[in-house]
Amino acid sequence: MSPGDLVTAPTINLVMALTVGVLYTVGFYLLLQRSLMRVLIGVVVLGHGTNLLLQLVGGPPARVPIVGNSPAETFADPLPQALALTAVVITFALTTFLLALGYRSFTLIGHDEVQDDLEDRRIARIRHPAATLETDGDDDRDVADGSGEGER
Amino acid sequence: MSDVMTSLPTLPVLLPILGAALSVVLGTSVAAQRVVALVTLGTVAAVAGVLLVTADRSGPVVTALGGWAPPVGIALVADRLSALLLLVSTLVALAVLVYAISQRIADYGRGVASSTFYPMYLVLSAGVSLAYLSGDLFTLFVSFEIMLTASYVLITRRTTTRTIRAGMTYVTVSLLSSLLFLTAVGMVYAATATVNLADLSVRVQTLSPGLRTVLALMFVVVFGIKAAMVPLHFWLPDSYPNAPAPVTALFAGLLTKVSFYAMLRTQTLVFPHDRPWTLMLWFAVATMIIGALGAVAQNDINRLLAFLLVSHIGFMLFGLGVSDARGLSGATLYAAHHITVLATLFLVSGLIVRRTGTVALDRMGGLLKTSPALAVLFAIPAMTLAGLPPTAGFVAKLQLLQAGADAGVGPTAVAAVVILASFLTLYALVRVWVRVFWGLPAPTVEDPDPDDELGVGTARTPWPMYAATAGLVVVSLAIAAFAGPLSVVTGRAGEDLVARDGYRVAVLGSPR
Amino acid sequence: MSPLHSTPDGEGTDPPRSVPTSEPDTTPFESWDRPRTAWLLPGRCRTPRRRTLLLEATSRALFPTILVFSIYLLLVGHYGPGGGFSAGLVAGLAFVLRYLAGGSTDPGAVITIRPPVLMGVGLTISVLTALTPMLFGAPVLATAKLTVRVPLLGDLGVVTSLFLDVGVYLLIIGVVLDLLRALGSGIERDMRAAGEPI
Repeated sequence: MSPGDLVTAPTINLVMALTVGVLYTVGFYLLLQRSLMRVLIGVVVLGHGTNLLLQLVGGPPARVPIVGNSPAETFADPLPQALALTAVVITFALTTFLLALGYRSFTLIGHDEVQDDLEDRRIARIRHPAATLETDGDDDRDVADGSGEGER
Repeated sequence: MSDVMTSLPTLPVLLPILGAALSVVLGTSVAAQRVVALVTLGTVAAVAGVLLVTADRSGPVVTALGGWAPPVGIALVADRLSALLLLVSTLVALAVLVYAISQRIADYGRGVASSTFYPMYLVLSAGVSLAYLSGDLFTLFVSFEIMLTASYVLITRRTTTRTIRAGMTYVTVSLLSSLLFLTAVGMVYAATATVNLADLSVRVQTLSPGLRTVLALMFVVVFGIKAAMVPLHFWLPDSYPNAPAPVTALFAGLLTKVSFYAMLRTQTLVFPHDRPWTLMLWFAVATMIIGALGAVAQNDINRLLAFLLVSHIGFMLFGLGVSDARGLSGATLYAAHHITVLATLFLVSGLIVRRTGTVALDRMGGLLKTSPALAVLFAIPAMTLAGLPPTAGFVAKLQLLQAGADAGVGPTAVAAVVILASFLTLYALVRVWVRVFWGLPAPTVEDPDPDDELGVGTARTPWPMYAATAGLVVVSLAIAAFAGPLSVVTGRAGEDLVARDGYRVAVLGSPR
Repeated sequence: MSPLHSTPDGEGTDPPRSVPTSEPDTTPFESWDRPRTAWLLPGRCRTPRRRTLLLEATSRALFPTILVFSIYLLLVGHYGPGGGFSAGLVAGLAFVLRYLAGGSTDPGAVITIRPPVLMGVGLTISVLTALTPMLFGAPVLATAKLTVRVPLLGDLGVVTSLFLDVGVYLLIIGVVLDLLRALGSGIERDMRAAGEPI
């Protein structure tokens, strides 16, 4: 049996395809939010979507890639599962990193929102000098510098 | 080839990881950390040199990890292209490391250890090496993750209120492109049941043209984000300039070029184009012009250089768009030159900012009188980047222009844009020269953030920082001096990329 | 004998420790997480108000059990489900349990090695295992099966990839401990320094 036969499912599993689609949609929506916590949840959801996609690549659901547990016809392709495992680990590591970054942002500026782009603000001021712009972060807030105990 | 030879491509990956592990264990002894980092990168550079010579003489060096033959096992492949870029990248990483070490000694004192900087620096080098050498898509993904995770740590170390936004943008955008990368790998595997690049290049031919195009475009988007191809470049000028000078130089030199290498590899080996590739030519035009115009508008020296970095990614994309052997050869030579020159310019900018205390061009002046050495160190890489005649940039650009002029009407028109973008680059750099080096000496500005990693506004600059920068200038001059032999090697690399059979035979044992 | 298995003979003799203060913590970064006191031991009582006796008692029993199970996973990894990564995570979860039961009071006190060192040692073992086959002329990462004759037990087959797994095991434990330190007790330390209630 060649590897090519393993992955060609007879039909697309619609429910799974829709699930992946919904996960991607939700993930991308959350990724576009300003709060870093929501971005983080977006990354996690997107990661789940991607891992589910990798699982689906390995064959229909409910098949196992463990030798001796199933006949060759219903044997799942183990490689995508290995890829998914690696991807899970990487997503896990980056999730904790984003958590730490969000916490850092929280201690530094009191919230975890991504601030306006400086250039954007400058352009907006040129275009609409009278408009009141949302100001946050470093412009008008007296911020205690919490970076003293970081390491060099 | 002997067993040692076939195992050689693993060393540029495993040695930096071993070095990182050791420098974590050594933890409190900063002298040992420095020695470990320098020795590791020095050894990797030597190994890369050996790999380049071997790959040029007797074809690609292939390692099958654990003895599992590809396409089942993981293969590391060092051909001319990857070995050349690996060598240049490692040399740049080594020079930047020397700069970083002496800056850290000057700013923090001799004894301050770090549990993150040296390990992460080495992990990043390991990721870069693995990216150049990986022979399959998934290992490529893992290598990008290793490289980017280390870069997240480096860019967000000791962040302050002003720089945390840059870190967030960088991390979020990179994460998004990584997840897209993984999706693309999954799709490719679903379509072809392999992730090995050589095997893919055979199997992809059986797919329908539509499916092939979709997969190819997914990789263009993924690597386009990471390589800062316009219109996917917006994150780069925002994030890079906020890191300390050595980190910015390392990122500017290596990260975008690794992504360009990945694009070059996938788009030549797996999804080859036998005619000039119009879409990529348009991307090249947009990248060159928008990047250069962005640079002209800047007042912040680091942002200006970041936009120039984006602009010159376009030159390489142009070579890829021409997609014949000469275009690809020109793109390879340009990438090698670009790695060196951008790292040098960011290091010089670090020296300038250290001296003047500000990144704002209109608050500097008169450095030609107060610091003539800096003027020389800036002038040579600036001329190289602009592509003035005796320099490496000129040689690389000439190759690209010739390839474009011979390839048809479209590429010839784009070649005209290359010249325009070069003029804009020159204009932006002359502006820097006039503002920074001419005029009356401006007073030094106080360091606004004494707590962050950028020590600025001090005349106390140790000589190794100059020496490291000068070393990189010498490397870029050497590229110009040995342009003849080097372009012979890149020419062969370009032919390899078009022919593809050598790579397949080396990895799979047969061309089909 | 490890302090973990000591008998509860000194119950309630120590005063409650870790009184929240509003004074800034002046311990330098390199050493703030150095273990200073034993942690979650019988007789050392946290602020009684925050104490979850049930969890504490249970985790005392579960902790060694989970560690033994993680070593089992580490050893069978080559032939069955398990391996260095999952074993490391399971062992890490044992420490997470202790952290949940014992709170912010010195999570590193059981293991006197600092987490980065544990990570570094693990990674060193793994990379050296990967490189060793080169010395024997085999490809990098190649494995071999060694047979060890142990009295009473007979012949034991050891696959060399076990050493790689041991490295990964230590690395993952180090990572989990580091996370507990950075995102657990580190944040609580920040809050103490800022004078906030924990």
